[in-house]
Amino acid sequence: MSATICATTAEAVAGIADGSTVMIGGFGSPGQPVELIEALIDTGARGLTVVSNNAGNGDHGIAALIREGRVDKVICSFPRQSDSHCFDAAYRAGKVELELVPQGNLAERIRAASAGIGGFFTPTGYGTMLAEGKEVRQIDGVDYVLEHPIRADVALVKAHRADRLGNLVYRKTARNFGPIMASAATRTIVQVEEIVETGALDPEVIVTPSIFVDQVVAIVDPADAEESA
Amino acid sequence: MNADQPLTRDQMAEVVARDIPAGSYVNLGIGQPTKVANYLRPDQGVILHTENGMLGMGPEAHGDEVDHDLVNAGKIPVTQTPGCSFFHHADSFAMMRGGHLDVCVLGAYQVSATGDLANWHTGRPEDIPAVGGAMDLAVGAKRTAVLMSLLTRDGQSKLVEQCSYPLTGVGCVSRVYTDYATFLIEPDGVHVRETYGVDFADLQQMVGAVRLIDRTAA
Repeated sequence: MSATICATTAEAVAGIADGSTVMIGGFGSPGQPVELIEALIDTGARGLTVVSNNAGNGDHGIAALIREGRVDKVICSFPRQSDSHCFDAAYRAGKVELELVPQGNLAERIRAASAGIGGFFTPTGYGTMLAEGKEVRQIDGVDYVLEHPIRADVALVKAHRADRLGNLVYRKTARNFGPIMASAATRTIVQVEEIVETGALDPEVIVTPSIFVDQVVAIVDPADAEESA
Repeated sequence: MNADQPLTRDQMAEVVARDIPAGSYVNLGIGQPTKVANYLRPDQGVILHTENGMLGMGPEAHGDEVDHDLVNAGKIPVTQTPGCSFFHHADSFAMMRGGHLDVCVLGAYQVSATGDLANWHTGRPEDIPAVGGAMDLAVGAKRTAVLMSLLTRDGQSKLVEQCSYPLTGVGCVSRVYTDYATFLIEPDGVHVRETYGVDFADLQQMVGAVRLIDRTAA
């Protein structure tokens, strides 16, 4: 089924259940779907597992979701930043569990989920504390660690433009985790700056094909996670 | 350069930049390694990779150039260069993990005599750990170089027999650029290519237990 074009962010995120695993796009602020996260906060959903590169910065977006006590666990590569105070406080208070994953493993585990792969061997992390307890194997003289896919119930993604079928294009380094999260989640909800007529996007440059997209909502002038009010 | 004085941070970055082969695809880590970009010559034709999905990254953006959708791995606004490209995170890390990058330059807490790298976590229980792309970069690039001061604030060598900090990667570092010397880590041991402001005997004393091989005359 092609994507549903939603009039509001509330409509787009409706029905996200307590206890869901939610992938949230973005590398710091670029690509972080702040308006969708705010709508998720408004639904009251709690007990969430958040999969994202960072654990929020400033006071908006992912940071606000954590501050409001909606997140039980964060799976990310880089939680500690100069302005990650919301996560830092929740973590030190024992309110949120952290699974720290090397960034390339995070990306590849998400990609593996999207492609139906049951696991893969990677040299990243071999011999380090992040590989403790994991199966290792030597293949052609190289030591590898077994890593498993990360699947999600929902992905919240920010793209630049969508057509009415849900095909997506992104903008510069705001693309980051968007395409792989969109294809790894059971349900993908996308905010874009502009929705164009079907056929208006050059098929040669579409990054996320519509098959991976479920809901689209237009946010004409999206907030920056670090600066938004 | 066998200098009379220990190198400044800028001079260290210059030594690293001079060593990067023309036409290389290079990733510069967050912090001090970022400075290396200032010393790459245009005719070197080096193409910079940033883990958040770009090849052909340009210098830091200022004023009207700032675009919030265009940042580097340290989340600092940057510019783009002609011929640059954007891609998603799995492709970006495939470039690292698949051995496509020629050189990466990283900072470090410690490097061991066999090239083990420790640069992501102090190991102190009160510190919240964050790893980012360090482990992928360390093992994925064709050449992993470290740029660091040789000594800690209290005078301990950061080139060590065995790392006491948690490891980032095992046996992955092949060059170490410091303020007092440039080291090459090879199968037969740690070679000293150049010294700055000290002679080989001084340097051997500074690093203590790590046995050095003198190649400064070569």
